Amino acid sequence: MAEKLVDTIEKEALDNALKEALSTGGEFAEVFIEDKTSNSISLDDARIDNLASSSDRGAGIRVTLGDMTGFAHTSDLSAASLVKAAGSAAKALGFGQSKTKAQELSYQPSPAQNVQTPHNKIEKAEKVELLRTANNSARQTASEISQVSARYSESFRRILIANSLGIYKDDAQTKTLFSVNCTASGDTGMQTGRETVGHTIGYELFNQYSVDELAATAAARASEKLKARPAPAGTWPVVIGPGSGGVMFHEACGHGLEADLVYKGASVFANRVGELVASPLVTLIDDGTMSKEWGTYQIDDEGHSATRNVLIQDGILVDYLWDAKTARKYNHTPSGNGRRQSYKHLPMVRMTNTYLTAGTSTPEEIIGSVDYGIYVAKLGGGQVDTASGDFVFGMVESYLIEGGKITAPLREGQLIGNGPKVLTQIEAVGNDFEMGPPGTCGKDGQGVPVGDGVPTLKVAELTIGGSA
Amino acid sequence: MNQDQLLEQAQRIVQMADTNEQIEVCCSSSTSTKIKVHGGQVESMTDAHNDAMGIRILNEGREGFASVGSFAKDAIEKAFNDARDNSQFAEKDEFIGIAEPDDTKAVEIDTWRESVFSKPVKEKVSIATELERRALEADKRISGVRVSSYTDGSSQVALASSNGIGVTNRSTFSVASIQVMSADGKDNRSGFGYDGGLESSEIDSEIILDRAVNRALNMLGSVKPESQTVDLVLEPDNAATFFGLIASMLNGQSVVKGRSPFSDRVSESIASELVTMFDDATDSESKSASAYDGEGLASRKVNLIESGKLQGFLHDSYTGRRYGTGSTASASRGVRSLPRPGSQALHVTPGEGGSEEDLISSVMNGLYVYDFAGLHSGVNPVSGDLSLGVEGVMIRDGKLCESVNECTINSTLQKMLLGVTSVGSQVEHLYSGVSTPAVVIEDVSLSGAGA
Repeated sequence: MAEKLVDTIEKEALDNALKEALSTGGEFAEVFIEDKTSNSISLDDARIDNLASSSDRGAGIRVTLGDMTGFAHTSDLSAASLVKAAGSAAKALGFGQSKTKAQELSYQPSPAQNVQTPHNKIEKAEKVELLRTANNSARQTASEISQVSARYSESFRRILIANSLGIYKDDAQTKTLFSVNCTASGDTGMQTGRETVGHTIGYELFNQYSVDELAATAAARASEKLKARPAPAGTWPVVIGPGSGGVMFHEACGHGLEADLVYKGASVFANRVGELVASPLVTLIDDGTMSKEWGTYQIDDEGHSATRNVLIQDGILVDYLWDAKTARKYNHTPSGNGRRQSYKHLPMVRMTNTYLTAGTSTPEEIIGSVDYGIYVAKLGGGQVDTASGDFVFGMVESYLIEGGKITAPLREGQLIGNGPKVLTQIEAVGNDFEMGPPGTCGKDGQGVPVGDGVPTLKVAELTIGGSA
Repeated sequence: MNQDQLLEQAQRIVQMADTNEQIEVCCSSSTSTKIKVHGGQVESMTDAHNDAMGIRILNEGREGFASVGSFAKDAIEKAFNDARDNSQFAEKDEFIGIAEPDDTKAVEIDTWRESVFSKPVKEKVSIATELERRALEADKRISGVRVSSYTDGSSQVALASSNGIGVTNRSTFSVASIQVMSADGKDNRSGFGYDGGLESSEIDSEIILDRAVNRALNMLGSVKPESQTVDLVLEPDNAATFFGLIASMLNGQSVVKGRSPFSDRVSESIASELVTMFDDATDSESKSASAYDGEGLASRKVNLIESGKLQGFLHDSYTGRRYGTGSTASASRGVRSLPRPGSQALHVTPGEGGSEEDLISSVMNGLYVYDFAGLHSGVNPVSGDLSLGVEGVMIRDGKLCESVNECTINSTLQKMLLGVTSVGSQVEHLYSGVSTPAVVIEDVSLSGAGA
């Protein structure tokens, strides 16, 4: 194992940087250090076409005074460079006198992440073989498969946080991801199918998943879509299958529950704690402690422990998500949701793993209750305007429901709706909860890994953008 | 480091390779200052300096890549060794290789403005606070500003290779943006606007405010339209999105790997005869003009569509070799990723449709699009299928009517390209680097209420 980040940076260097950061009158200062390496291998066109490695290390230093934040970063981790960056951050606040003294740093180790097989214990050749296996499997699955691309990626990220409130913690995060993308060609043109798995674990990901099966699933999805008919445009009852539908709650509700947006009036959920905002069937959770999920971590990028946060309980809005800044300002406990893309970015309120808890209906009952509608087996990426709650996301795999039965496959289309409205229109929630594929959530130009999940659920009506 | 020092460094690393290896090293050093304001106060100020390096090593047709965010000696060595090690595991491809210098001469383009460095911080802050103040005063239904920001900075890049390429490029930028929120007691909406250029004098606050404020206000009380067939009016920003999607289907990578529906259609009509489109990074009017592409070849004009007929594709040196035509100097890259073909400065030739107002008045039943939603999930560049969320304003009998939301447009990119019925007379050079007039696209299905 690589050494702990805390052992590579002198405590005195951190003390000095914090002192410098507070030298112009700042009330709070923080040094965030990150060391991240990642490796990826990709296959395309039946050939291992690229292996890429990336490494980054650096420090981001911020200092705040009231609502104002000064921030600077450097890729040089020497003691002198940290002090220099701290000086740049302090300068952004003006030229006041030092008035806050940093509290003594007292190191608190985080429990080590349980990684069974670190990436560096496996030869590159073995990782390359995974991709070849996926390629062969996809091409054998269906004769219509004309092109396959696949990607393996691993990352190892170590962080260290030291701040003027005395927080002094570090953590290591290991992630592994595998995806397969197939193109099928037929008389009706070309269609694509994709399958992705990713967890906050080491190479043992492949004990849990067979790349053969992942590739076969992606290939079947592509070739099935060649037979798909256009999705019927209009407003229909929609049943969303377990797993990937979580992205809808991430987009449609989760963002609006981030405290920074709430307090800027950019959320439809502002001033509504304690109110019924959803169907009583809805309990929405954000949980950074879920075992091995894509959005899981032990401490956030501000040094606060990840927690399980109930956002909506039986339809009633319970709480928002908080980072240290919003928590300080509104006198709340940080919920462990302060995250940043890298040391070059300021932290802000972000989701972790967001999901709707299971209900009591069976999936068969839910589908059986729809006379004519849409079954969405797999949702793709989405987008939301948090001010209005309007969202849109792609139906990657969907079917018609006729007479309570799933029938014809449909071509890709978009689902469109309004978050707060959809929450009230959930008519049934299944007992078959699943997490969806790993995602990257973008906010103000920063991407962070997130997970989401749902059981089967029924929405009274959503607008389907039909296919061409 | 400045661009000359970056080039020396890149050339030193090139020397580290063995004679049987091809190597290409790209180094960049960038700076930026980002100021966000809220409530008339600075909310955050970020002072950034980034170094980055990408190393590509090829050994007998096998390619490895590594990148690193530092010029420290150990970091460079690790990246070099990673790239070399990675090349051992890739599979041989006879077409792969770094770019070979050709005869095209690089144009001189000056994209460096010293004012970015001398502008006092106070003035940068006031660009953002002024935007915020003016937005809030514009109308009482403007309920708040989520963020108003100003960012400027510089980037210097050098690229050197074992084929003797050694080029540098430097540029500055300056951009401001605002996101406003509107409320009328029943409905909440938001609007976003931005503008920028090489230096702050190129920022037009009127454009930013007009876009952000007017759209946030006009969208209040918007309704879900009945499903119907409409003509779309795309103003230059949205036209740029549309033509950008088309350009991605004319990408050599998609073509040689069988993922473009246009692969075998050169010299055929793929678009309305009103459409002429080329990529030209040598055009100094484009905001992404650049003397060189991502592999160090001199930029040149690439004809893509002429009067509706497909002329060719965008190639980097790999796809150009594989396709047989050679590179079109269309390698596009970040320092930390491998070059891939892409458009650099797309240009759509103006037509005779007149002003944006003229285009609107020519439409009997249409939709003036404010924004597309779901671009990353709703467009399939392989099949061309397109289904996108839209918001905008309905057009009837040449007049703008009610604003609409919660609806989608559905078509294929192929069909839309053939359906361009009018092209505006005035080209806008957008901050994204695309230069295009507004266009009208006929016969697109809009789905909203009802079946």
